[in-house]
Amino acid sequence: MLTYIARRLLQSIPIMFLLSVFLFGLVRLMPGGPLAQAERNPNVSPEQLSLMRVRLGLDQPLPIQYIKWMKAFVLEGDWGYSIKFRKPVSEMIWDRLPATLLLFGVSFLVTLLIAIPVGVYSAIKPYSLFDNIITTLSFAGQSVPVYWFGLILILVFYLKLQNPFGDGPMFPAGSMYTIGKEDDVMDLLWHMVLPVIATSVGWVAWYSRFLRSSMRDILNEDFIRTARAKGLSARMVYFKHALRNALLPLVTMMALDLPTVFGGAVFIETIFSWPGMGRLFWDAARGRDYPVLLASVMIQAALILLFNLLADVIYGWLDPRIRYE
Amino acid sequence: MLFMAGSILEFVMNEPLNANETMNIQSPVTLSSLVWKRFKRHRLALASVVVLAMMAILVFSASLTPYTSTEQNPTNKYATPSVEHWFGTDELGRDVFTRILYGGQISLAVGFFSTVISLTLGIVVGALSGYYGGWIDNVLMRITDTFLIMPVVFVLILFSALLRELPALADFRSSVWLVIIAISAFAWMWPSRIARGLFLVLREREFVSASRALGASDARLIFLRILPNCIGPLLVSATLQMAYAIITESGLSYLGFGIQPPTPSWGNILESAQVHVYRAPWLAIFPGLMIFITVICINFIGDGLRDAFDPYVVHEK
Repeated sequence: MLTYIARRLLQSIPIMFLLSVFLFGLVRLMPGGPLAQAERNPNVSPEQLSLMRVRLGLDQPLPIQYIKWMKAFVLEGDWGYSIKFRKPVSEMIWDRLPATLLLFGVSFLVTLLIAIPVGVYSAIKPYSLFDNIITTLSFAGQSVPVYWFGLILILVFYLKLQNPFGDGPMFPAGSMYTIGKEDDVMDLLWHMVLPVIATSVGWVAWYSRFLRSSMRDILNEDFIRTARAKGLSARMVYFKHALRNALLPLVTMMALDLPTVFGGAVFIETIFSWPGMGRLFWDAARGRDYPVLLASVMIQAALILLFNLLADVIYGWLDPRIRYE
Repeated sequence: MLFMAGSILEFVMNEPLNANETMNIQSPVTLSSLVWKRFKRHRLALASVVVLAMMAILVFSASLTPYTSTEQNPTNKYATPSVEHWFGTDELGRDVFTRILYGGQISLAVGFFSTVISLTLGIVVGALSGYYGGWIDNVLMRITDTFLIMPVVFVLILFSALLRELPALADFRSSVWLVIIAISAFAWMWPSRIARGLFLVLREREFVSASRALGASDARLIFLRILPNCIGPLLVSATLQMAYAIITESGLSYLGFGIQPPTPSWGNILESAQVHVYRAPWLAIFPGLMIFITVICINFIGDGLRDAFDPYVVHEK
């Protein structure tokens, strides 16, 4: 197992290398590179500019610059300085990452809690009324643009509906806390309702469909017939024998979907002013804050690779038939 | 690509609508007639074809409305939907219905061209990879993997911001093609994976060996022998690409990194509506609804095609 993990980590090095070269090249293609802002500033003299260029190492050939950047990035944890906020990028990202992980972790749990029973029931009673309704709904859920759905949620639950237990709207339209209530968990949960619904709808639609089809495949297998023939109760057959196996491909699927999950963060966090990575990235992109952009893409790609590996490890642990040599 | 476009048309348009209920034994059963026969059974998919066709006709007859997409009317701001203004008017007194039709032209065009480009690129990469195998496969798949782990929306924002700042592209800064290229550049990996898988299997089949034994060149084998046999999965993949491209274009425009105003697109109409949503909710409802309807129709068509091309699907009532 350990050798497998080590080999996978080694394999991810060329991928991260390609990605970093690509991103580095992309950013360096820019006129002026990291000094674009300073060049436009009339208060910065040409002498100062050339001094900055030497100090930042921009006078050296590109491959050397790349190696220096990578060395600082990986070995020294130096992800550059934000042009806009004049803070180390690493500090900004570590500030924002927990909010994103919290929002998406909770959405993920909610998704599983809904998608698994729905998918199982649809698979047990295919083409029933319930299944047909769920099928149509899941097409809708997969097709609805998340940014628009978020806006509609705000329209309904913030503008139209009143809070039955007090004054004001039913759910807040944005941010993570009410000012002055930063430590109140209930307040946090209240703020999470709409963003979590917006995030989960597409996921529930997609994963319940996925589970339905993998469950249907399993239910046709011989061992299920054997289990039934042994006289096991339907509950045992469905949940103990079938569901366990049907969940396996779901694990892989979820890991593979991770890049899109991070993508969704940009929309959800922008609409609901959630102070996470997506929002940080959007602000940085609008302010052309390239060090922040570069570092966040790199960190996320690394996270995605890591989670892919994790999914494979979990897969091996869940399914003893799989041997990693 | 041309071949595929041809056969979509063939099976959508050339088939007589009611003649193949009783399949005549003398008349040869072609793939397109068989697929069309099975596709018709998927009622939602069939309805989606009709809705999408109507949508396209409506959108491309935008010039028939009495308004233009930029005509402002300061005396009639924030008008609620009415007989004169079906979808109301916006903060500048522009007719929202007209703007949505013009925006639809852009959104549908971006969806279509991004699909064509990303699918072509994906098929070429996947075909080379699957057909030749060996180091070509290794190199191409490592590149594909690299693209697959990118957080797409983040990279797209970065990419489209950068493209706009390149001095060489200064003339195209607000061009729709910039968005199409950005979307296609990060969407070819999925069809490439599918094409590779198909080519890996099909290159070992007897009809390919037979053709090779007759002296067919690699290009002939790839494009004339193997590719036509991939039509089903690739068509389904095309619908997924199209739905993805339309959602992504609107999303990018919504974030301000896609189609730039004054050119309207569903995404940037939604973006400008966002500020006024408290005052005029209809501004936000209609553009999103159009995206939603288009994408759900494309997804239903994809589902219909998947069933139609899959010989193992049994239709249960």
